[in-house]
Amino acid sequence: MSVMKRVSLIFRAKANKALDRMEDPRETLDYSYQQQVEMLTRVRRGVADVATSRKRVELQMNQLQKEVDRREGQARDALGKGREDLARAALQNKSSLQGQLNDLQGQYSALQEQEEKLTMASQRLQARVDAFRTRKETIKATYTAAEAQTRINEAFSGISEEMGDIGLAIQRAEDKTAQMQARAGAIDELLASGALEDHVGGNQDNIQAELDRIGAGSDIDAELAQMKGELSASAPRQLEANPNGDSPAPVDDQPPQAGDGS
Amino acid sequence: MIVRILGEGQFQVDGDAATKLAALDSELDAAVQASEEAAFRAALDASVRLIRESGTRVPDDAIVTADFILPFSDATLAEVRQLLTDGNISGDSVGLP
Repeated sequence: MSVMKRVSLIFRAKANKALDRMEDPRETLDYSYQQQVEMLTRVRRGVADVATSRKRVELQMNQLQKEVDRREGQARDALGKGREDLARAALQNKSSLQGQLNDLQGQYSALQEQEEKLTMASQRLQARVDAFRTRKETIKATYTAAEAQTRINEAFSGISEEMGDIGLAIQRAEDKTAQMQARAGAIDELLASGALEDHVGGNQDNIQAELDRIGAGSDIDAELAQMKGELSASAPRQLEANPNGDSPAPVDDQPPQAGDGS
Repeated sequence: MIVRILGEGQFQVDGDAATKLAALDSELDAAVQASEEAAFRAALDASVRLIRESGTRVPDDAIVTADFILPFSDATLAEVRQLLTDGNISGDSVGLP
């Protein structure tokens, strides 16, 4: 038998089984309505969860993009200083990061699509629940018990199918969101701990350190001088007397009280 | 006839489109039986496209059952197989005791 027919029969069987268990048909309507309202809440929460996941992935994409740009800057910097080896290492790093970024972009579009579909499903269900409520009252008010049974069966089967569909959709969204969150958590940790460079196979720290060594000796001196200047606000001004020290050691020797207090 | 795509709602599909859809449904069935991932994907994609393009959306406030239900457009072969074998609609969303 065809796939589509079998799936439809599965949904119908489920509805029939539920109907068989109900003794009073009118109760069925109220109970089902109550379930529908609960389902609406669940769908809306599902939409919100997917949106949260999507935003998180978006943030991470921005962070990764920054890292990618930084590597590119380093590569240019290294080339400018005649260090092709360093430039190559930086670009290798960039390429690994770019791979992660592309992966996230794929996830992002998947989440976006899921969010749109769930939003539409939620609107559809809302419309049907409203229609069901009206029909439920009409059935209760108008028909005799025997007549009502047929109408109830129709309405119940129809709404059950909608609920079954949305239930499945939500379940999938929840599974996917949980997976994303686990992965996102791992990337967050990496980004936060600064270990991303190492994780993607890199000696990025070495690249930056090397670049710093080559080009930034004078920058360090300038920065040191500036720090000394700031410290001198609360410390004796004799520190400024040494503007061109060539060792970074003074950083450790700085008075500890300066940074802590206020 | 009324066809539902899981996750997308119901569509009225008639005439030529309905005939084509029935043919695609057979291809889908054959692919599931033979566990042919590529054929499964092709048949599912083509069915989804056909329904979206040739079908008319059933109004949101209409409460009717579908004659045919197509799996999610991004469903995997394994997922469809599981739905067909254990007939499990997760979450018990029909929601009766």
